[in-house]
Amino acid sequence: MRAPTEGSAALATDTAMADRLRRRRFRHPTEAVIKALLTASGFVSLAATALILLVLFEGTLTFFQDVPLADFFLQTRWQPLFEPVSFGIWELVAGTANVVLWSLVVAVPFGLGAAIYLSEYANPSVRRVLKPLLEALAGVPTVVYAYFALTFITLDVLRPLLGDNISIFNSLGASIVMAVMILPTIASISEDAMTNVPRELREGAYALGATRLEVALRIVVPAALSGIIASILLAIARVVGETMIVAVAAGSTPNLTLSPLESIQTMTGYMLQIGLGDAERGTIKYESLFAVGAMLFMLTLVFNLGAHLFVRRFQERYE
Amino acid sequence: MTQPHIDTPATPHWRPLSRSRASAATQGAVGAETDEITDAAIEAKEISLWYGSAQAIGDITLKIERHRVTALIGPSGCGKSTFLRCMNRMNDLIPSVRMTGELFLDDQNILDQSVDPVELRRVVGMVFQKPNPFPKSVYDNVAFGARINGYKGNYDELVQHALERAALWDEVKDKLHTSGLALSGGQQQRLCIARALAVNPQVILMDEPCSALDPIATQRIEDLMRELAEDYTIVVVTHNMQQAARVSDRTAFMLAREDRVGRLVEYGLTEQIFTAPRDQRTEAYITGRFG
Amino acid sequence: MTAVRPEAPGSDRYQGARERSRRNTLSAASRWFFLTAAALALLVLAVLAYDTISQGAGRLNLQFFTSYPSRFADQAGLRSSLIGSGWVLALTVVMAVPIAVGTAIWIEEFAPDNWFLTVIKLNLANLAGVPSIIYGVLGLAVFVRFAGMGPSILAGSLTLALMILPMTVIAAQEAIRQVPSGIRDGALALGATRWQAVRGQILPVALPGIVTGVILAIARAAGETASLIMIGAFTFIAFDNSRITDDFTTLPIQIYNWTTRPQEAFRANAAAAIIVLMVIVLAFNLIATIVRNRFRRFR
Repeated sequence: MRAPTEGSAALATDTAMADRLRRRRFRHPTEAVIKALLTASGFVSLAATALILLVLFEGTLTFFQDVPLADFFLQTRWQPLFEPVSFGIWELVAGTANVVLWSLVVAVPFGLGAAIYLSEYANPSVRRVLKPLLEALAGVPTVVYAYFALTFITLDVLRPLLGDNISIFNSLGASIVMAVMILPTIASISEDAMTNVPRELREGAYALGATRLEVALRIVVPAALSGIIASILLAIARVVGETMIVAVAAGSTPNLTLSPLESIQTMTGYMLQIGLGDAERGTIKYESLFAVGAMLFMLTLVFNLGAHLFVRRFQERYE
Repeated sequence: MTQPHIDTPATPHWRPLSRSRASAATQGAVGAETDEITDAAIEAKEISLWYGSAQAIGDITLKIERHRVTALIGPSGCGKSTFLRCMNRMNDLIPSVRMTGELFLDDQNILDQSVDPVELRRVVGMVFQKPNPFPKSVYDNVAFGARINGYKGNYDELVQHALERAALWDEVKDKLHTSGLALSGGQQQRLCIARALAVNPQVILMDEPCSALDPIATQRIEDLMRELAEDYTIVVVTHNMQQAARVSDRTAFMLAREDRVGRLVEYGLTEQIFTAPRDQRTEAYITGRFG
Repeated sequence: MTAVRPEAPGSDRYQGARERSRRNTLSAASRWFFLTAAALALLVLAVLAYDTISQGAGRLNLQFFTSYPSRFADQAGLRSSLIGSGWVLALTVVMAVPIAVGTAIWIEEFAPDNWFLTVIKLNLANLAGVPSIIYGVLGLAVFVRFAGMGPSILAGSLTLALMILPMTVIAAQEAIRQVPSGIRDGALALGATRWQAVRGQILPVALPGIVTGVILAIARAAGETASLIMIGAFTFIAFDNSRITDDFTTLPIQIYNWTTRPQEAFRANAAAAIIVLMVIVLAFNLIATIVRNRFRRFR
């Protein structure tokens, strides 16, 4: 180690100090390069969004040069592949809504039940095992769920139970499996919100003689409501965007129905159908992909943003 | 380091509290013990600092004597740590911080736009309140600073020297390659001091360096501060008045009033601050009436 | 609970013992109800595992791994889809990880805290929620058609790289944020530049967390189907991929293919392929868990 500066030499080194401390452009040359690279990488995600918007916008615009906007929103039939062609989006939206409805009917009670159990009933060791296992459900590839929906739920369970009342490709099979897929989302986020409810609130109720069930349903659930809503909105966004399960199990028949027993087609299901074929660039089939994609993008955006707002609310409330 | 702690009468800078009390009456008779600072390592001129729109410290003007220990004391929230962090511009890391005034290191105003805070921090080292060794080996902890400085010499020697100066060598020489986190709290803090020394700074800032340590570890750090003051200028923030009295040559007392702006109330020789404070607020603080 | 008023102490106004015991019984019963809710999903998982294994285990022989796809179920195999998955995943990681980690470092350590950073963060959160099939549309329009890459390994990897970018960035950000601030301050106080602090101290500490996030992202990409079908990877491949410009297929696409065949025999193939895919995905998850736990122990 060099000898520390001598005190007596201080006056002589004054300019040296100024010199030493001066900001220099190339004092740390790698620093500037790295910083530029990191900044550039930060822009990639922006570029991705820009590309998505550009592609969807450009394709949709082309689509609407051939199909009047009014037809898209006012006609009820979606029949793009054979004559007479018709491009009323509502059948596809209904297909998506159908699956959203029935998967929520299954997933919300069970998801909230699981969340209440984890947050209010389970002892810590059970919780440590159960929660990661539940979350593992979210890691199962959706094509696996798709197989399960078609082969096991529909062919092995629903058909033997309901017979010909339910078609081979139906909304119910897809929705049940979809419910399993989104259950961890609902359970995990709702549980976080419930755990965030201050202990004093619970203790106040217990001190008045409330039972555990009463505390859970009347104190914890209302207090955690915005988190619960957020979890459901996120789950909806996932269902709306999920492709494989509905493409495999729900059918490819655009159908303006909320019945769980019929064959339907969702927006994503239609898009995959186009992807499977050879939709040539410039054909109306190909362009419709972008119009449906834009609709899908906006729907998921709305639900995701909604979830985001509610998450912010429950995070802020008790902090 | 080679010099014994006991000072020759000519250059008294080690004054245990008991002794300074005893000699309080004769204070001022000793030549070097005047309020006048002729050789300032740091000179602050009307330093004010804002976090956003909230002012944290106001108009602090003082000189810090070279190769002495200067203590900043005051109740929590008085801005003493904030002021300390002005001296190596650690406050720059907090967004929305704004500073006015001038802060000279030697003759260079370090708040000047032309000053590179990275270079400044290589000249002005810092030891934090909570020991924060890197989760790496003892050796790498010490070598890191030299490495980023492009040190070309013998690293083994440098590491040993820095650890010796930090009075840690004997305890860790057999475990240089174990994690710095495996050391005791006091050892970790001395490791952080060694780490700072390896960059060869001129000034070492210490932000309540003993607040997380037990009394024995505290004493070792205090002894170390006295030793290091022979070669380095040391500024220490402490909430522990006994510590300020034990280790420092000069003490600055800071206080924030209702406006929550930390200001310098009194600054002088430690002996004088603790035995004959001129300001009644200083007296109230050191006698434990508030804070 | 609601009718109790302290100024009305008449005992007749309170619930009777019978009512109280009813409430307690209900509460005790509710425990089992909620436990069932939590356990049901796992039960479904168990059924799924059992069904798949019983259907597919018989097909798991050497021939299944070394054969190309075929129109005869008992001669078909995973060779081209496994090779394709390997190529696509490797390339995806190579392209996505440096950019994702770079983005995370930039956001956490370099970017000035202003409205632009807020936009970047919001954009990432939103991108993470974009359905994978939209990434497929993007890949189809930009990489396959506009850039003329065709439904190649390169186009597929670029698509998947964009898809896993946001989740990887968010995971890496999380890992960097968890580095104690004392480490950052300590390095900077020694006169380290931002990058020296990141390179020397922050990244090594954050690395296990970043690796965990990357592995989970790979697991996600390994199971991804829709976006790759969208770019045109639903094809019959009876050769070993050797160039990034090759057409390709992947394991999940092969599963999809076999699942949608009407013949019962292909169901066994699909099940067997699912076993392979699940083993791969679970292995990734297991590694991620191990890395994460190790990280915790050393902190």
